[in-house]
Amino acid sequence: MPRTKKQTYQTRRRFNAGFAGTLLAAGIAPFNVGRAQGAALKVGVLLPRSGYQAGIGQDCQRGVDIATGVLKDLGLPSLQFINADTESNVDVARSRAEQLIGGGAQLLVGAFDSGQSSAIAQVAEQKGIPFVINIAAAPPITEQGYKFVFRNFPTAPMILRDAFIDQKEIFAAVGAAPKSVVFLAENDTFGVAMQKAIPGVLPKFDMPYTILDTISYDPTARDLSVEVSRAKATGAEALLVVSRLNDAILLTRELIKQRWTPVMILSMGPGWYEDQYLKTLGKFSDGPLSFAPWYDPNKKLSKALDAALAKVHPGVNLNTNHVYTFEALLTAADAYKRAGSSNPQALADAIRATNITDNSSIGPGIQFDAKGQNDKILGGGIQNRNGKLVTVAPGAASNGKPEWPLTPYNKRA
Amino acid sequence: MIVRLIAGVPGRGLALLGALLAALTAAPLFASDYLLTVLILILYFAYIGQAWNIMMGFAGQLSLGHALYVGLGAYTAAALFVHFGIGPWLGLAAAVPAAALIGAFIGFLAFRFRVAGVYFAILTIAFAEFARLGFDHLSWTGGSGGLFLPVSQFTHNDLWRLRGHPVMFYYILLAATALAFLICRALLQSRVGYFWRAIREDEEVARSTGIDTFHYKMIAVVISAAMTSFAGVMHAFYYNNLFPEQVFHILRSIEIILGPIVGGVGTLFGPILGAFVLTGLAETLTAALAALGIDLPGAKQVFYGICLLLVVTALPEGIWPWLSRRIGLAEKSQ
Amino acid sequence: MAGLVPAIRVLRIEKTRDQAVPADIYLNVAVGGVLTGLVYGLMALGLSVIFGVVRVVNFAHGEMMTLAMYIAITLFTAFHLDPLVMLVPIASVMFVFGYVLQVRLINPFITRPDYMQFLLLVAVAIIIVNGLLIAFGPDVKSVQVSYAFDSFQVGPLIIDATKLYAAVAAIVVSAALFAFFRYTRHGTAIRACADNYTGALVVGLDVKQFYALTFGLGAACVGAAGVMLLLIVDVTPALGPAYTLLAFVIVITGGLGSMPGALLGGVLIGLTEAMAGLLFTPSAKSMFAFAILVLVLLLRPEGIMGKRAA
Repeated sequence: MPRTKKQTYQTRRRFNAGFAGTLLAAGIAPFNVGRAQGAALKVGVLLPRSGYQAGIGQDCQRGVDIATGVLKDLGLPSLQFINADTESNVDVARSRAEQLIGGGAQLLVGAFDSGQSSAIAQVAEQKGIPFVINIAAAPPITEQGYKFVFRNFPTAPMILRDAFIDQKEIFAAVGAAPKSVVFLAENDTFGVAMQKAIPGVLPKFDMPYTILDTISYDPTARDLSVEVSRAKATGAEALLVVSRLNDAILLTRELIKQRWTPVMILSMGPGWYEDQYLKTLGKFSDGPLSFAPWYDPNKKLSKALDAALAKVHPGVNLNTNHVYTFEALLTAADAYKRAGSSNPQALADAIRATNITDNSSIGPGIQFDAKGQNDKILGGGIQNRNGKLVTVAPGAASNGKPEWPLTPYNKRA
Repeated sequence: MIVRLIAGVPGRGLALLGALLAALTAAPLFASDYLLTVLILILYFAYIGQAWNIMMGFAGQLSLGHALYVGLGAYTAAALFVHFGIGPWLGLAAAVPAAALIGAFIGFLAFRFRVAGVYFAILTIAFAEFARLGFDHLSWTGGSGGLFLPVSQFTHNDLWRLRGHPVMFYYILLAATALAFLICRALLQSRVGYFWRAIREDEEVARSTGIDTFHYKMIAVVISAAMTSFAGVMHAFYYNNLFPEQVFHILRSIEIILGPIVGGVGTLFGPILGAFVLTGLAETLTAALAALGIDLPGAKQVFYGICLLLVVTALPEGIWPWLSRRIGLAEKSQ
Repeated sequence: MAGLVPAIRVLRIEKTRDQAVPADIYLNVAVGGVLTGLVYGLMALGLSVIFGVVRVVNFAHGEMMTLAMYIAITLFTAFHLDPLVMLVPIASVMFVFGYVLQVRLINPFITRPDYMQFLLLVAVAIIIVNGLLIAFGPDVKSVQVSYAFDSFQVGPLIIDATKLYAAVAAIVVSAALFAFFRYTRHGTAIRACADNYTGALVVGLDVKQFYALTFGLGAACVGAAGVMLLLIVDVTPALGPAYTLLAFVIVITGGLGSMPGALLGGVLIGLTEAMAGLLFTPSAKSMFAFAILVLVLLLRPEGIMGKRAA
C-alpha cells in the first residue's frame, strides 16, 4: 500500500528538521568571549592527534599536559585549553580552526605540520586571532606579511646554520673531525627544506668535510638496506642525516647488519634522540649527535619542565616537542598578562613585544621580529648516552662533554 | 532547452531543488564562519563527486585515482601564479587542458588495451601514485617541500586573483556544483548519456550493437578529468599551499569517491546528497564527541567507519535511491 | 622568467653517482631485494587467494596484516615468544577473523558492484586502523628478538639474518598453501569455485562455505606474512595502506589466481625497487614498481604467470 501524502510529508519534514538542527548545533555556536581579565584565556590547541602524524601530535600534547602547573608556578594567568585534532589533514585543520574561533577561542596554538599551520594561519589572520606556531620549519609561513601569526621555532636554514656552528664547536672540543660525509636525507617537507638550504649555507662555514654523495629516500620506506649500502659504498667517514624516528631506527639496524659503524652520526633533525629510538635500540642507541632545536638544561624553566614531565609522564625524556609546545603556551600566557585583556589586537601587540628571557629553549629568549618570527633561537647539539640525552653544544647551554668517535656496533656487549 | 532539462521531473522535485538552491545561496548571511567552511567543503566534494560520477555512474569506469586530476589542476594553476603571476582564471586555461590531456592519455592506454573493471581502477591508482612520486621530485613546483602561494590581503575580495574572504569560494563552488548538476542532467538526456548507460550495463552488448565504446568512454574520462581539475584550481587558491604527499595521496582519491557511492552512484542527486551526509556526519561526530567530553584520538574515525559500514550494508544502492522512493520523487525511468 | 631556469633541471631522478659502485654492493642489494620480495610475496599471496577465488577487492588487506602484527607484539610483550613460533597461532586467529568477516559482512557484496565492495572494505580498514590507534597509541612498536641484528657473511655477501628467516618461512608457508590447494579435497573444491562458479553450484559444492574458507585462508596468509614482516619493520597503526597497495601491485604483476605468480611478483618488485634505489634516487624507487604495474596491465593483464581468461 503506497504511503499517504501525509506520511511522506512528515518523514521529509522530520529529516530536514533533524539535519538542519544538527548543522545548526554544530555551526552556529554562541559567541562567549570572556572579556574580563582574570578569566582564563581560551586557547585552542590544534595538533595532529590521529592520522599519520599522530605520534608527534600526541607527543606535543604532553607539553600541553604539563603547562597548567608550571604556568601557575610562574605566576602567570591561567589558560583554558580547548584541544582539537587536525587528523594530519589540511581540510580538517582549517575546519577545526574555524570551529575553535567560532566557539570563542581567543588564541590558537599549533599545529606541527607546515601545510596545516599555513592553512590555520590564513584563518587566524582573517579573523584577527593570534596564532602562535609551536613547531613548523618551512620558511614561507612567516614570509606572508601576517600580523597575527607568530612562530617560536627556527626555520630550516636557521636549524642548518646552528647545526654547522655546533658541529665545528664539537670538532674543536674533541680535537677530531671527519674528512668526508655521506648525506642521507628523507624526501619530505623538512628533509627537502634542509637539502635545499645546504648549498647556500655550507660554503659560509668552511666545514672540514666534503659531502661525497646525497642520498634522498622515501620517508615511508619500509626497507633502507639499499640506501645504507650506497652510503657505505661511498667510503665516507661519517654519516650526515636528516630523518625521523622510524627511519632512524631502520638506518641504525641496517648499519649494524651491514657491519658499518661510521666515525660519527650527525643528525640534523628529529628521530635519533627520541625515546622510542633509545628504548628500541638499547645499547645500540648510544653515540649519535643530534643537532636540533633543543632546551637549555641549565635554565631554571627547563628543570621545572623536566620535573613536571616526570610527574605526569614518568620515563619520558623532555624533548623538542614538549618544550616548544610549552613555550608557545608560555608566550600566550605572558602576553595575556601584559595585555591585560583578551582583545585579540591587544594580545597580538603584546605578543609582538614579547621578551621572555627566563625561557627553556636555547638562546637569549622568546622575542619576535617584525615578521612574527623568533630569529634568535639557537639550535643545540645532543648526544645519546646510556638511554639519556646530554646537551653538548653550544658551550653555554651544555651539561656534558661530547664523546668521539662512535663505539663500533660490533663491540657493544 | 530548459524545458527539455526539466521534462519528466515531478513538480515537487523541482520545488525542493529550488528551495535547496535558495537556502544555499542565502546561507552565508546566516551561517557562522565555521559553518561556511564546512559548507565549502561539502560543495567541493559535491562538485568533484559529480565529476567522478560521470565516469563511474554514467559510463561505468571505476576511477580510484581521481586525486590525480585535482592535483594536476591545482599544481598547474598554482605554479603559473607563483612563477609568472598568472591569475587563476587564466590558469584554468592551462590547468583544464592539462588534466584533460592526461585523462585522455590514461583512457587511451586503458581502453586500447582493453583494461577494464578492477584492473582499470588499479591502473588509475598507479598513475596517481606516479604523479605523487613525480611531483615529489619536481623542484620547479617545490618538490616534497611544498608549493606556497603568496597570500596578500583579506580586506577586499579580489575575484580575479581569488584573494579574499572564503565566501568568494563558497559562491564559486555553489555555482560550479549547480552548473555541474545541470551539465550531468543534460549529458544523461543526450545521445552520449544514452550510449554511456548502455556501455555501463553491458559493454559487450553495446559494442555489438555498433556503439563505438572506445569513443564514448574516452569522452567520459576527458569530461570527468577536465571538470575535476577546476576543483583542483580552487583548492590551490583556497589553501594556498600544496604538497604532493597530500594532494595526490590515495586517501584523497578515496575521500572523493565516498560521497557519490554513499549518495548513489549513477544518480544525479546522489553525489550532492552524499557530500552533505558524509561531511555533516564527520563534523557532527566531532562535535558530539567533544560535547560528551571524550578526548580519544581516532574515536571519531571509528564511528565514522561504523556509520559507513551500516549505510553500505543497509542501502546497497546508496541513500538517494532509497530516499527518493520514500519521498515519492523516484524517477519512473530508473 | 626566473622560474624557467630551474625548470631545465626539473626532475631530480638523475644518477647521483661520482665513483663506481663496487660489484659486491649490487650483489648484496639484489639478494636483499629477493629476500624481502619473498615476504612481500607471501603477503600478496593472501590477496591473490581472496581476489582470485572470491573475487572481492580486499582493500583492507594491509590493515588486516597490521592487526596481526599488533597481536604478535602483544603476545611477545606478554610471553616473550619469538614471532616465528607464534606464527601458527596468530595465523589461526586471523583465519577465524577472515572467516567471520566473510560470512557476516562481505558475503552479500560478492554480487554487488566493485565500488560497493571497495567502500565496505575501506570502512573496515578505517575501523581497524583507528581502533589500533586507540588501543595501542601512535608510537612505533617492534619486537626485539635476540637475533635482530645478526647477519651472515659469505665472502663479500652480507645477508641479513632476519630477512633470511622471514624469507624461508614465507617459502614454507607458500608451499603449504600450494599443497593444500593442489592435493586436498577442500583445496580442489575452492579452485573449482574459482574457475567456474555455476559449475561448482551444479555439482553441489557449498560455495558460500568455501568462500568463507578462502577468505579465512587469505587472512591467515596475510597474518603469517605480517608476523614475519615484524622481524624486518616496525609497526604503527598507519602502516596498512602502503602494503595494501603493494599487495595489489604484486598480485597483478605476478598474475591473479596464481600462487607461484604472487611469490614471483613479490620477488620481482622487491628486486626492482632495490636496484632502482641503487641506480637512481632511492626516494623514487616506488615509481619503478608502478611503471612495471602499468606495463603489465597494458601488455599482459593476466600477469606474468596468470592464465588468460577464457
